Amino acid sequence: MLGACAAIAAGCGSDDGGGGGSASTRLVVSAAASMKEALTACAPQFDKADDASVKLSFAGSDELAAQIRQGAKVDVYAAANTKLPDQLHTDGRIDTPVKFATNELVLAVRGDSRIDSIDDLTKSGTKLVIGSASVPIGSYTRETLAKLPPDQKKAILANARSNEPDVKGIVGKLAQGAADAGFVYVTDVNATKGKVKAIKLPKQLEPQVTYGAGVVSKAAQPGLAKKFVDGLTQGDCADALHKAGFGPVP
Amino acid sequence: MRRPRWFGVVLAVSLAIALTFLTVPVVGIFVGSSPADLISSLGERGSLDALWLSLRTTTISIAIILIVGTPAAYLLASRSFRGKALVVTLIELPLVLPPAVAGIALLAAVGPAGILGGAVEAAGIELSLTTAGVVVALTFVSSPFYVRQAMAAFAAVDRSLLDASRTLGASEARGFLRVMIPVALPGLASGMALALGRALGEFGATLMFAGSFQGVTQTVPLAIYDRFSTDFDSALALSAVLVALSAAILLAVKFVHGGAALGGWQAE
Repeated sequence: MLGACAAIAAGCGSDDGGGGGSASTRLVVSAAASMKEALTACAPQFDKADDASVKLSFAGSDELAAQIRQGAKVDVYAAANTKLPDQLHTDGRIDTPVKFATNELVLAVRGDSRIDSIDDLTKSGTKLVIGSASVPIGSYTRETLAKLPPDQKKAILANARSNEPDVKGIVGKLAQGAADAGFVYVTDVNATKGKVKAIKLPKQLEPQVTYGAGVVSKAAQPGLAKKFVDGLTQGDCADALHKAGFGPVP
Repeated sequence: MRRPRWFGVVLAVSLAIALTFLTVPVVGIFVGSSPADLISSLGERGSLDALWLSLRTTTISIAIILIVGTPAAYLLASRSFRGKALVVTLIELPLVLPPAVAGIALLAAVGPAGILGGAVEAAGIELSLTTAGVVVALTFVSSPFYVRQAMAAFAAVDRSLLDASRTLGASEARGFLRVMIPVALPGLASGMALALGRALGEFGATLMFAGSFQGVTQTVPLAIYDRFSTDFDSALALSAVLVALSAAILLAVKFVHGGAALGGWQAE
């Protein structure tokens, strides 16, 4: 079964899922996992306003991009960076992408932690978990650390105890007390409802985290897809994203 | 009795489908990587660290499993008591637990916020995000493979052998060491091989409980996953090593069983 599922790639992820009236138009949206809460909240409003039936498929941006390359029947692609949408556009897989939201890299610690700035991370014995260099959260983290004085960067990296393959691994280890601090997106912290708190990074250390989306070139519903993408910057979905902690594009 | 011809065709086609489906992915690993690439990727620091760590943690965990699991399996095989079925089921449970569940379970039990977390910490032991944590994860997921097989091996030993040794005045402990273990050895060895294979391939529980850090907790499967998106060649090379090791383990089991494990109906 697994093999068959892998062979037809994205079909497995996006074709199922219920809901929606039978007469409404089906719109398949592939979105980065970090937007799950926000888009799940605003999709029903979009359905109602446009007599549509939005099917949301959440996964890592790179995984979703790979599915689109393999010909998955998707109408909208919304990623956690601008690099992947740009690459897909260059390859003729999606129309010109738009930037629709920003996220913020923060230092995350448990609610009762005594750590209150990035300077505390140099203390030996502090257990730090970060993203692996191969995933976006890890490369943003390294980009930030590279802006620190070399000694400080070295001391902080010496406390890194795990290079996690995704944000969930970092937040999970913080919430379970296995780690003292980690670098994640502010929206991930908001989703823990207080178990983990965010410490803002100094302005000069913050990396630019911008989300990009586009209409898939072979979309079955290009008109409706365009409307959904527009809605990410203005309307119910934009509001839902802001509520979840995403920022507007400058 | 002759089987109808069409039935033979169905059998052969089924086998061909199964064989193709199961071997093509493995072949893909070796076709995708040239021997030269393979060797150069393996020479890389991170890959060597992962191989060395997997070797160390697997060896320690198998040693623990043998030392504790062998007497435990002997008890279960040689005694009957109330609730034995329950005990056996509990011991076998990790066999069917998804690795992610094993990871969560270990965190909930011996993680810093787990039910025994305080006791573990008070004992001065640190498990999460440490090499010791990897050993705990490997032992948890792979020990049932050994205990189960060892139980069956002990149960299959002719009781009269043990009785004879006792009649000759040997204690039960002596009978266990000098009679039961040697006679059950092939079964114990294949149980060990199964546990070894499971431990080498362990991924989910290790990642969730011990994390992933080069040289400390990043075992070969974790290193493969880490390289998957950025360095596919080196992921292939490490995979090839695991395939070779697993095949060697499997062959060793078949060898120990003297070919009997290959199965097949004997001519009547």
